[in-house]
Amino acid sequence: MLSVSWWLQLKARSRSTFDGVLTLIYPMFFSTTIFMMYSQGHASSSAMVATAIGASTMSIWSSVSTTAAMSMQAERRMGTLELLVLAPRPLALLLVPLIMSMATIGVYSMIVTLLWARYVFGIVIHIADPLSFLVSLVVLVLSIAILGVVIAAASVRYRGAWALGSTLEMPVWLICGFLVAISDLPSWVRPLSWALAPTWGMSAIRAASDGRSPWADLAICVGVGAVYAVIGSLLTQRIVHAARVHATLGLT
Amino acid sequence: MVEPVVEVEGLARTFKIGRAFSRRSARNIEVVKGIDFTVGRGELFGLLGPNGAGKTTTIKMLITLLVPTRGTARVLGHDVVTEHHQVRRKVGYVFGGDRGLYERLSGLDNLRYFAELHGVPPREAKRRIGELLELVDLTGREKRRVEGYSRGMRQRLHIARGLLHQPEVLFLDEPSIGIDPVGARELRATVKHLVQNGTTVFLTTHYMFEADELCDRLAVITDGSIVAMGTPDDLKKRVSNGTVVEVDIFGMPDAVPDKLRDEADVRSVSVEVRGQSHVLTVHAASGTDITSKVVEHLDGCSIGRLITREPTLEDAYVELVNAR
Repeated sequence: MLSVSWWLQLKARSRSTFDGVLTLIYPMFFSTTIFMMYSQGHASSSAMVATAIGASTMSIWSSVSTTAAMSMQAERRMGTLELLVLAPRPLALLLVPLIMSMATIGVYSMIVTLLWARYVFGIVIHIADPLSFLVSLVVLVLSIAILGVVIAAASVRYRGAWALGSTLEMPVWLICGFLVAISDLPSWVRPLSWALAPTWGMSAIRAASDGRSPWADLAICVGVGAVYAVIGSLLTQRIVHAARVHATLGLT
Repeated sequence: MVEPVVEVEGLARTFKIGRAFSRRSARNIEVVKGIDFTVGRGELFGLLGPNGAGKTTTIKMLITLLVPTRGTARVLGHDVVTEHHQVRRKVGYVFGGDRGLYERLSGLDNLRYFAELHGVPPREAKRRIGELLELVDLTGREKRRVEGYSRGMRQRLHIARGLLHQPEVLFLDEPSIGIDPVGARELRATVKHLVQNGTTVFLTTHYMFEADELCDRLAVITDGSIVAMGTPDDLKKRVSNGTVVEVDIFGMPDAVPDKLRDEADVRSVSVEVRGQSHVLTVHAASGTDITSKVVEHLDGCSIGRLITREPTLEDAYVELVNAR
């Protein structure tokens, strides 16, 4: 079910030329701003490489956070949200391939950012352990997708929660260490960072690209992600019941 | 007695209308007000009513999309609130209009997706999709994107989607809304075919001829309450005595319907706006001729067609709805 649903959702999302162009252009704006900030600040070449990797993975989160909540509103508008709820499978499970399709689109943006960094800003990225890097990337995508499921579930209950994803986009960039090292953040912010699974996924990606072992970070990322999955699943059941009580599954 | 598959007792639903953060300005509206009925296995049961009568709310409670505020409903023996998983496995839901499909996917991909959601095994899904495309006459057009489908094709695709998991009870919520007469006739033929093959169908509509042609039994709902229930013939009998005068009028004064209602032999009066004209329908008591009185009240108006005819199911419906 997961693979077929993921593929069909990806197919549906990839068919808009407008969205496709945005997927390519949007990360270019952000990465250009970030690369220029760092280069104007005379960042070292290793810092530039770290930034390029952070900026590229950032687009996966952006793709999920901004569209997860909005997609539920779109499903509601299309009349398919009620049909998703009517399916005998748990809604949380149905949301996973839907959000994974968005994360996959985020991977396109990631590739664009890496190419932009290489050919426009001349940042040569050397990945010390490509296999670990790839595994870390997959785990990061999954952890972001699970977080996306929780955001999407919230907008099943609240019609206005579509704005939640956009609100969370930039804080998570900062808190999870996509742009700035966690050690540079104020000490009171750090526990928040540790509680977010993408922080550990990002840390594993950086470790793999530097040639350090990413496995400890990955284990924590999977563990925290599993906790999210359990919370998300229980939360979704409660939320769907509340949506049935408060009649928020449809537009009217 | 036929085994009941839908059992409804005192079912009600209230909606809170108002601002999200202001309890003071919020108010409760009871859309369904304690209704009772049962539907037997293999039956085609119709719920008739005007817009806003509570048809869709009733259907949404029965298919577990809404929790009732009062009363109970059981579908195939399962409570719709506490046993919603069991209900969802056994029912299908089809609604009218353009919504409920993924526009950017082909008809085939839509069916594949919903088959996955309902846990239909891939091999069975492939066979079933082929059969359903044949049933709804979309074979050969299944690879086109839904955004290029006509309304009738979308509606037929909806029916195929609703039948993917072979539901025992199919809920059709105004399925023929907005489709052309040919499409509507094909749809009715498909529904008849389903009932012949043993599917129980619960249909909501406000098209009288549709209800008359399809339904074994029907209930008329207005303002959240059921005002009549029985076979189409039972309902027709309620108005079978008497005659109906139907007049096309241009420029009818607003007071005319009320003046006619005050006449001793008049049972009901309804007015429908059709373009530039009004169609005035007056149902008179048995053995009386109301035509001259109607013409008298319309003195000074421009009158078009005027006919006297036997009452129909539509007249019964209008009389029931207007009686509230």
